[in-house]
Amino acid sequence: MAGSGTAHLRPEGESLLRVEELVVEFPVGRSGLRVHAVSNVRLDVKEGETLGLVGESGCGKSTTGKAIMQLPKPTGGRVLFEGADMTRLDGPDLRRTRTRMKMIFQDPISSLNPRRKVEDIIAEGLTIWNVGSTKEQQEKVDEMMATVGLDPSLQRGRRPHQFSGGQCQRISIARAVITDPRLIICDEPVSALDVSVQAQILNLLEDMKARYGLTLIFIAHDLAVVKNVSDRVVVMYLGKICEVGPPDDIYKQPAHPYTAALLAAIPVPDPAIRPDDRPQVSGEIPSPVAPPSGCRFRTRCPKAQDKCAQEEPVITELRPGQFVACHFPLAPGETLPTRNGQTASVAG
Amino acid sequence: MSVLRRRRDRGADRFADAPLDGPLLEIDNVQTHFKSDRGLVRAVDGVSFSLERGKTIGIVGESGCGKSVLSRSIMGLLPSNAVRHGSITFEGREIGKASSHLMKQYWGTQMSMVFQDPMTSLNPVMRIGQQIMESLRFHLDVSKDYAEETALALLRSVGIPEAERRLREYPHQLSGGMRQRVMIAIALACGPKMLFADEPTTALDVTVQAQILDLLQTQQRERFMAMVLVTHDLGVVAGRTDDIAVMYAGRIVEKAPTRVLFAQTRHPYTEALLKSIPKLAQASHTRLEAITGRPPDLVHPPTGCKFAPRCPYAQEKCVLEEPPLVEHGDAGHAFRCHFPVGTEAGADALARNLSAGETATGMPVRKEGEVLTTGIVV
Repeated sequence: MAGSGTAHLRPEGESLLRVEELVVEFPVGRSGLRVHAVSNVRLDVKEGETLGLVGESGCGKSTTGKAIMQLPKPTGGRVLFEGADMTRLDGPDLRRTRTRMKMIFQDPISSLNPRRKVEDIIAEGLTIWNVGSTKEQQEKVDEMMATVGLDPSLQRGRRPHQFSGGQCQRISIARAVITDPRLIICDEPVSALDVSVQAQILNLLEDMKARYGLTLIFIAHDLAVVKNVSDRVVVMYLGKICEVGPPDDIYKQPAHPYTAALLAAIPVPDPAIRPDDRPQVSGEIPSPVAPPSGCRFRTRCPKAQDKCAQEEPVITELRPGQFVACHFPLAPGETLPTRNGQTASVAG
Repeated sequence: MSVLRRRRDRGADRFADAPLDGPLLEIDNVQTHFKSDRGLVRAVDGVSFSLERGKTIGIVGESGCGKSVLSRSIMGLLPSNAVRHGSITFEGREIGKASSHLMKQYWGTQMSMVFQDPMTSLNPVMRIGQQIMESLRFHLDVSKDYAEETALALLRSVGIPEAERRLREYPHQLSGGMRQRVMIAIALACGPKMLFADEPTTALDVTVQAQILDLLQTQQRERFMAMVLVTHDLGVVAGRTDDIAVMYAGRIVEKAPTRVLFAQTRHPYTEALLKSIPKLAQASHTRLEAITGRPPDLVHPPTGCKFAPRCPYAQEKCVLEEPPLVEHGDAGHAFRCHFPVGTEAGADALARNLSAGETATGMPVRKEGEVLTTGIVV
C-alpha cells in the first residue's frame, strides 16, 4: 500500500485543493511510540468535483479530512487551497480561509450546540464575520432553511433536540453552506442515519452542490454510498492510498486487491448472490503504531509475495484514469479467491 | 465442539420432556407498550410469527420500528415501564408471563442474544475467559477445569487466534471484531436452541462484518440452531435467512421466504426500502428514490395504514381502514396492503396519484423518467 508517488495528481493549476506529502502522527502516551495515522498522502480536488475518500475505520480517511482543515495541523506536508498553503496560516488568516472550506460531521446531533436555537446555529458564520445587517442575515437563514427542506417560519426558534437525526444533518448542511464556501469536507455525513433518510441527505447534497457550485470531499466507509456521489474515488488503507480513479471504472474493475476485497464484503440486497461464493479477506487492520513494512496491506493480501514486504509499491497509472499502488495488481476479469476455495477464512 | 456433559443441570428437568415436533418458537399477537409522560408508546403492536428449529428469520426495519423491542420482548428483557401482552410459546410452553427468575433458566441454555455494541455488552473489568465460563458454571455446574477447556474450545471455534492467551485478556485489549466473536462465544456457551442477533454487525467495518455474519451462519448450521437476525440492512439478510419479516411502526407489514420477498415485493414500504439503498450496480450520481418524511409517532399513530402518509400508492381507503396482515398464495407470503406493488390494484392506485400529482394523504408524487419522486422538492 504505497501512497508514494505522484502519478495520480493533475497539473497544479487545475486543482482547487492540493494536498502534498501529508503526514499525521500522534504520540502514544510517553512511550515514544507514534501512531502513523496518515503517511505521505497526496491528493488533489478539481473545482466542482466530488472526491470520495473510502476505507475501513483506522485507515486515516477522517484524519486526512481534519488535517486539511488544520484540525489539528498535520505533522508534515502541505495543503494548498486557492493557491495558499494552509499549514503556514495562523489566527485570523486561517479562520478567514475556513469560511470558504467547511466541514460536516458524522454525528448530526452532537455536532450542534443543544442550548442554541437553530436560527442562531445556522447564522453563526455570518454573525462572526459581520456579513450584512441583522435583517439580511435573517433573510439568508430563512432562504438556507427552505433550501435544505426545513420550514423557517415554524422551526426557526427550535433547538436541536426537537429535530430528528436527518433534520439535524440538514441543519449542519445549511450552517456549512451559508458562508458561501467553495469546498465542503463531509466526514461520514450519512453513516449515523437510516437508509431511507440517508437517501434524502445524499440527494440533498447533490442538489446543494449543483445549486451553489460546491466542491466536495466525501469521506465514508460505505462504498456504495461513495460511488453514488463521487466523480473520483480514493481508496485508503492504514494511512496510505491504494487506488485512485473514476468510480464506475474502479467498481467494475478494481485493480488493488484491497479494493476488490472491500467491494466483495458489501452485503448485496439480492438473495441470489450467496455470501459463500464471494471472495473475502481474512484478519483485521494491523496496528498503525507499527505498520507492516513495504506494502501495508500485505499481511491480509491473498496475492502477497516477498517483494511486497521489502519494497513499497509506487502509484502508477494502470489503465487510463485508474491509478494503483500495488506490485501485483488484478488483471481485468481477475478475482480474489472465494471463501470456499480458501483454507483459512478466519485468521489473526 | 463436543456436547456438554450436564452433571446437575439447574432446572434441566423443565426442558427434559420438551416436544420435538412443532415450531420451536411461536408468538401470537405480541404487544409491547411503554408507559411514558406523553402516553403509551406502542413499540410492538400485534406481531405474530413462528420459527422452526434450525431456521433463520430476518427482522428488518428502520430505527424505531420496534424490531429490537420485539426480540427483547421474546427474551423477557424489558424495562419496568413496559407492558407486554400476547402469547409467546417456546417448545410448546407459554413463557409470555414468565418471571425473570424463571427466564433465567432459559437464558443461555435455551435462548441467548448477541447485542449490537460489543464494547458495552462485555464487562470491562473481567477477563474474557471468566465471562465465557460464567454462564457455563451457573447453568451446567461443571468443574472449573472443564469450563476452562470448553471456553478455550469455544474461542477457537469462533475464530480467535491464540485462544489461550486471549482467555486471560480484558475486552479493551481486543478489536471490535474480536469482541463480537467473544460475544458470540458467550452466547453459544451453553448450547442454546435459539440465538437472537440484534444488529450484530452495525458497529463493525464491512470486511469484518462479512466475517462475523459468516461465523454466525456457520455456527447456526453446525448447531442446528434457530436464529433471529435483527437488522436495518436488507443486504445483510438477503443471502443468509430463510424468511424475512419487514416491520414498520411496531407491526409486520410484509413477511415471506427470502427469495419471494425480493422477487415479488408487495408492500410499498419494502419496495421503498429496497429502492433507497445505493447500489453498486448503478452508475455514480444515480438519483436515489428516498422515502419522504419519517416514521410515525408511536404514541399517536395515524389511523388506517401506518405507512400511508409516506406511501406513493396511498388512496382514500388507506387513510380510513388499516389493512390486515393476510397471507396470499401458498408460499407463505403475507402482507398488509390494500393496493399491493406489482398488482393491478397497485398500478392503478399509483397511476391515479401520479395524474393527480399527489396521494390521498396530500403527499406530492411525480415521475421523471424512471425515478419516482415523493414529497416537496426544493
